Amino acid sequence: MTTTARDAGGRGVGGRGVDSPGRAAIGARTLRSDRWWLPPLATTVGLLIFIGYATVRTFQQKYFFADERYLTPFYSPCVSLGCASEPGAAHFGMFLPDHPLIPYAALSLPFLLLFRLTCYYYRKAYYRSFALAPAACAVPEPHATYTGETRFPLVLQNVHRYFFYVAVVISIINTYDAIVAFRHPTDGLVVGVGNLVLLVNVVLLWCYTASCHSCRHVMGGRLTHFSKHPVRYRLWTWVSALNTRHATFAWTTLGTLILTDLYVALVASGTITDLRLVG
Amino acid sequence: MSYTGTFRIWRGDADGGALADFRVEVNEGEVVLDVLHRLQATQAPDLAVRWNCKAGKCGSCSAEINGKPRLLCMTRMSVFERDDVVTVTPMRTFPVIRDLVTDVSFNYAKAREIPSFTPPADLAPGEYRMAQVDVNRSQEFRKCIECYLCQDTCHVVRDHEENKESFAGPRFLMRIAELEMHPLDVADRVPAAQEEHGLGRCNITKCCTDVCPEGIKITDNALIPMKERVADRRYDPLVWLGRTISRRRG
Ligand code: SF4
Ligand code: SF4
Ligand code: FES
Ligand code: FES
Repeated sequence: MTTTARDAGGRGVGGRGVDSPGRAAIGARTLRSDRWWLPPLATTVGLLIFIGYATVRTFQQKYFFADERYLTPFYSPCVSLGCASEPGAAHFGMFLPDHPLIPYAALSLPFLLLFRLTCYYYRKAYYRSFALAPAACAVPEPHATYTGETRFPLVLQNVHRYFFYVAVVISIINTYDAIVAFRHPTDGLVVGVGNLVLLVNVVLLWCYTASCHSCRHVMGGRLTHFSKHPVRYRLWTWVSALNTRHATFAWTTLGTLILTDLYVALVASGTITDLRLVG
Repeated sequence: MSYTGTFRIWRGDADGGALADFRVEVNEGEVVLDVLHRLQATQAPDLAVRWNCKAGKCGSCSAEINGKPRLLCMTRMSVFERDDVVTVTPMRTFPVIRDLVTDVSFNYAKAREIPSFTPPADLAPGEYRMAQVDVNRSQEFRKCIECYLCQDTCHVVRDHEENKESFAGPRFLMRIAELEMHPLDVADRVPAAQEEHGLGRCNITKCCTDVCPEGIKITDNALIPMKERVADRRYDPLVWLGRTISRRRG
């Protein structure tokens, strides 16, 4: 039995956090014996895969429109002059300069990025995995001081609701894309596997967006008397039910965004052909 | 079905201490607290451990088992393998008194700092009427048994002693949420939640929720809704404008 001694000042090893004066002098920073490092590691890997893929595709400026009707969400709305390379891809005009560093969907992507960056779930995910604050519960964080979200820049997380409003508009545009994709310019109404892919993706995007904590608050969470607002109470109940799965939607939509974009890219590049189910 | 398990228990006080190994009999259906009681009865009569109900309701027996904040009386021995070493230490966020017993008065001090339930002035006790849908949310928070495991695990104070002064901790930020959502409470604790009780220090990493033995969704249902209420007041010009206009209209 080795006794963890204290120094002259009565401090334990290190003297801060769990070693602060007065607390039990245990020595080990954590006694967790499970694989607590696995979830933050998996989160880091998952997020890096998405960031890598999204960056490459955003700046590729090719293979974003397939079979004259499938527009990938990474290029929607296509508002760059460069969108002219794929007639039919731009539904909202083309006005941004065609430059390799300006994404064709430069109007929506920054907001989608900020929406996810300030999302309460992703905040948890990257605070744990990138900032290690904390990497896992009851595992000491490496930082000497900590102010949380009280100072610039993290205090800006509080504007999340504005990115939510923008995300709703973008989700409407994505829905529009998925619907108009059923019309082929020469063949008329058609249904291909790509349509189902776009549809599933957009439904899940709505699930993610609608399950947002800010949405829950706006729908009814901010009320004190649900009994006086039956409709908003009902909406709040629905959003609350979705909200319990917000983290799941956050990850599934990263997956479906990659898969949807990959499908469009593969069809657009001629690597695979889109199977027509109807028409 | 009995076996002899290995337990590593922290023994000591504010001046220092160490983990000590014990071999103790474990029987089917027992919880960690049962084993500690047997240890007291057979080998370490002076082992200090705080407990009361042995039913997960009094919140006295909070400690850390294999590094995780848990209730001693609600941690079944069946979750461990027979040859696992089960390490038990006191909570590591509060000052230790002796062995597994800590001084949790930080929490009582924080509790007193939250303004209590404030009914409308014209309502006498006995005249309170509330609709069930209006109290549902607050009632989830009333399940709290004040075990302070959430306070213990929250990295804001666990890893930063200096934050104790400015941070009420999840349990008491949840108390603010409970009163803010209460249909009959008229006090306003939203600005104080941010300025005095440190809501902004919470980075919603959910460890409080993970350890709560009552399964209260502290982060999703109390802390994030409170952050949204603070955002209404301080960070949302549209809400501010709406309020100002409707106030003018009366
Ligand atoms: S969610 Fe907030 S209050 Fe809860 S443990 Fe994490 S930082 Fe602390
Ligand atoms: S909220 Fe849960 S973990 Fe925190 S004191 Fe109450 S019962 Fe314990
Ligand atoms: S999108 Fe995740 S909380 Fe708003
Ligand atoms: S002894 Fe009461 S909660 Fe464990």
